[in-house]
Amino acid sequence: MTTTQEVVETGRFDTATGSRTTRMLGWALIVGLIVLLWLAFVATDPDIRIDAASGDEIGQFDAVRLIYVHVPMAIVAYTAFTVTAIGSVMVLLRRSVWWDLVAGASAEIGAVASALTLITGSIWGRPIWNTYWRWDDVRLMTTLVLFMLALGYLAVRRLEGSAESRARRAAIVGILLVINSIIVNRSVEWWASQTLHQQSTITDAAIEDLTLFTFMYAIVFGLAGYVWLLIKGFRVAWLERQNERFGLVEALEQRRAEAERTDAVNAAVDTGTGDQS
Amino acid sequence: MLSDVLLIAGKDLRVELRSRIALNQVVPFALLVLVLFGFALDADSSTLATFTPGLYWVAVVLAALLAVHRSVSLEDGDGADEGLLMSGLHPASVFLGKAVALIAELLLLALVLLGGVLILYGAPVDDVTLLLLTTVAAVIGVGAAGTLYGALLSGQRARETILPILLLPVLAPVVIGASRAFGDAMGSVATDGWSWLLSLTGFAMLYLAVGSVAHGALMEEA
Amino acid sequence: MSVVSLRNIVVLLGQFPALSGATLEVQAGESVLLQGPNGAGKSTLLRLCAGLQRVERGDGSILGHDLHRERRIIRRRVGLVGHRTMLYDDLTTGENLRFWARAVRATPEELDQAIERMQIDRRLMDVPTRQLSAGQRRRTALAVAAARRPELWLLDEPHAGLDQAGRDIVDSLITDATAAGATVLVASHELDRVRPVVDRQVTVAGGLILEGADAV
Repeated sequence: MTTTQEVVETGRFDTATGSRTTRMLGWALIVGLIVLLWLAFVATDPDIRIDAASGDEIGQFDAVRLIYVHVPMAIVAYTAFTVTAIGSVMVLLRRSVWWDLVAGASAEIGAVASALTLITGSIWGRPIWNTYWRWDDVRLMTTLVLFMLALGYLAVRRLEGSAESRARRAAIVGILLVINSIIVNRSVEWWASQTLHQQSTITDAAIEDLTLFTFMYAIVFGLAGYVWLLIKGFRVAWLERQNERFGLVEALEQRRAEAERTDAVNAAVDTGTGDQS
Repeated sequence: MLSDVLLIAGKDLRVELRSRIALNQVVPFALLVLVLFGFALDADSSTLATFTPGLYWVAVVLAALLAVHRSVSLEDGDGADEGLLMSGLHPASVFLGKAVALIAELLLLALVLLGGVLILYGAPVDDVTLLLLTTVAAVIGVGAAGTLYGALLSGQRARETILPILLLPVLAPVVIGASRAFGDAMGSVATDGWSWLLSLTGFAMLYLAVGSVAHGALMEEA
Repeated sequence: MSVVSLRNIVVLLGQFPALSGATLEVQAGESVLLQGPNGAGKSTLLRLCAGLQRVERGDGSILGHDLHRERRIIRRRVGLVGHRTMLYDDLTTGENLRFWARAVRATPEELDQAIERMQIDRRLMDVPTRQLSAGQRRRTALAVAAARRPELWLLDEPHAGLDQAGRDIVDSLITDATAAGATVLVASHELDRVRPVVDRQVTVAGGLILEGADAV
């Protein structure tokens, strides 16, 4: 009879990162991406409105299409870091290995998503705000600092030491990730006390039905993509963890074999027949 | 509890008194940063006076990185960190003791630097009380957060390079808050410095509390 | 009562199984010599008994406390003198002794007795620890452990670096400790010196403990 642990330690275990479910989700995401591209670039119109007073064309024109990437990425980033924080609490409360791996995988996705949020936001800001960057914008600054905090968190996950001690250190940083970003958010808001961000894009009646649908669809697509990446990331991390114990049985046998050699030497020395070197 | 905190703080300060690392290396480094700012900003005294609050706190935070590093590394010389682990001291006492010693060193550093900016940059002072209270509150926050993140990296070879990535984003709100409060105290920014002082105090309290709780988990296994 | 009770303990240092299934029972008041080649796992075994190593597999208890869950308590009840002296280089000998005595909850009288016991030259008290010789450092570290009056002594090559007088002190430390009811585990290569003062000896090799025929 072989237990799960023995299967792992002798190296006989499934090394795939996918399953039937993730493959189906993956295909659904590919189809969903094609639909999203069609919705974002073909089906929806650019944001052009006629100013009632002057009769000029105003609005965001084609730049509005960036919203379909920017907002979902921002939502994914904040969702991912929330999951990291929850996982970190579970690690400290229950010493859960499962949650440690989930927290780590989620933070990796969160770091990428927050970087993409900042990049797409800057590209969008150039034509709309006439600047790539605003120092006094609360959400910009919070996302930026959160991104940097996430890099620190990921660095802590790669420290030396046993898996347990790394997990505990990372969990503390993971919880502080949320506390720190709230502090940053509060202090920047107080510092700058303004934002260029539109407050109520979604409820704005001016948004057309199809644009609104595309926007919501993009958010759902982004979250589905997050789930897929999280499963994959967790599985890779789990395999890495198993790999640390890969061949432990063999290593233990080798180590124990040293004892027999020493025993033989000792026996020889004690009876005075052995090599006295 | 209190006597244990003082025991650890006294030990750290005594080590500092003997080795003089903070006094002979960290303080000169911070003063050099101030001088470099002067060179970089073209010796234009009005510019320097305007930006004194921000430049001052950047210099303090950079120097604090060195002080935190020193505070951690004096424990792993000959296994003293394990000695503390095996002693009867509560992890919270060890944390608070090390934080108190670091805060005392940083306070000395901050006051020397304050003299530096007043002389070198010719910054005016409207409100001495606000200035000093802000320094104390911000330094406690920096010292508490620094001790916590330093303990996180105890026994790590890559400590010097990871510490800045971890600590600087965390200290960003302190730089914002302390610069604003200084701006008010020096009359260069129209803002309510006292409410910034209040939030700096909140930050300091938060990190003293979080550090006391978290240090047990960090001391468990190096 | 069994003070050290280990059953099939595996301890990993990174991926390396430093202990590969160690089993050992030591009764209260016993003194045991651990002998074996370099890299056999002696130091890891002593650190394990001090509650400084995480147990990967197997069960065990030290002074009745579980090695998985109660390492924090174990660490406070044992006296470990290992390769590292745990002294602060920048402090003087006296400052180090007073600091650690307070940290391990030893009274000034207990510290005085320990200094007397280890015959530490009083003139060294004001000398920075970094200027001490290896032997003087070891005496200082032994004095800190002695001041604590541990129920379980864990000595890792305690004679290393000591002069003849120092070695004799270590030997009498072992006999006196067991006479007072404490338990001693001592890892050493000085078999001829230690054998007479311990109750029995075990061989550590390949991360295992080989008992039996080697008993003194």
